[in-house]
Amino acid sequence: MIAALSSPIMAQAGSVMTETEEWVANGFFYVIAAVAVIAALKMVTTKNVVHAALYLLVVLVCVAATYIILGAEFAAATQLLVYVGAIMVLLLFGVMLTRAQIGAEDDLDHEQKWLGGLVAVVLLAVMTYAVTDQWGMDKLPADRRVQRTQEVADSIFSTYIVPFEAISLLLLAALIGAIVVARRD
Amino acid sequence: MFLNQFLLFAAVLFCIGVYGVLTRKNGVLVLMSIELILNAVNINLVAFGAFNGTIPGQVFALFVIAVAAAEVGVGLAIVLLIYRNRRSIDVSEANLLQG
Repeated sequence: MIAALSSPIMAQAGSVMTETEEWVANGFFYVIAAVAVIAALKMVTTKNVVHAALYLLVVLVCVAATYIILGAEFAAATQLLVYVGAIMVLLLFGVMLTRAQIGAEDDLDHEQKWLGGLVAVVLLAVMTYAVTDQWGMDKLPADRRVQRTQEVADSIFSTYIVPFEAISLLLLAALIGAIVVARRD
Repeated sequence: MFLNQFLLFAAVLFCIGVYGVLTRKNGVLVLMSIELILNAVNINLVAFGAFNGTIPGQVFALFVIAVAAAEVGVGLAIVLLIYRNRRSIDVSEANLLQG
């Protein structure tokens, strides 16, 4: 079904990325990845809750930029709208309603931080090994193209219509659940 | 461009998120770290979608974004309820079920 819908477009857009374009995309990726990783590290170590939220914002925008590099324009737009627009506001409301103190807080981390660090480092080592072992030298196809929003919509409303409806119900249930849980009565 | 560079980027973000979930005591910060983990998974989905030249990667990334929105809504409601009952969102103090 998907193949039937998208194959004519794929056949048309067969433009191969030139060497220079690959280099530019690569450079952008490494800059974005470095910014994202530094911001994420700051986020999990900062002593100020509001600063953590702002660092998370930087990470989310960098992830949206990564989607652009990968040619997933609709996912990037949704990332900006839903995460940066809605979820960040929700998290900042959470910070506000729980009356976080203004400025730095000393009591944000567990005493046994090193154990968490150990788990993260071991996990990273295992994942790096597994990923490099399996996908070590695989390159993204040079003739990859932007995945158009129309194809995404065709796919969602044909092949994935049942999961889509399930997600709608899940969102409704989560909405009602959040209101019921947080209501003062 | 290698597929690997996106996967490793996602793995680093994932592990930073895991570190945040394990070490943070503030409930809202734990929720933020979970968002980081979900974003790392999304990068993987979109990267494999680009690698295979197919659409489902992006579709499932959208589903994950929707589930993350639902998760953060319910999660913040629970954090607010903990705050209201205990005047603190320190998750290490929420230990009533501990024997």
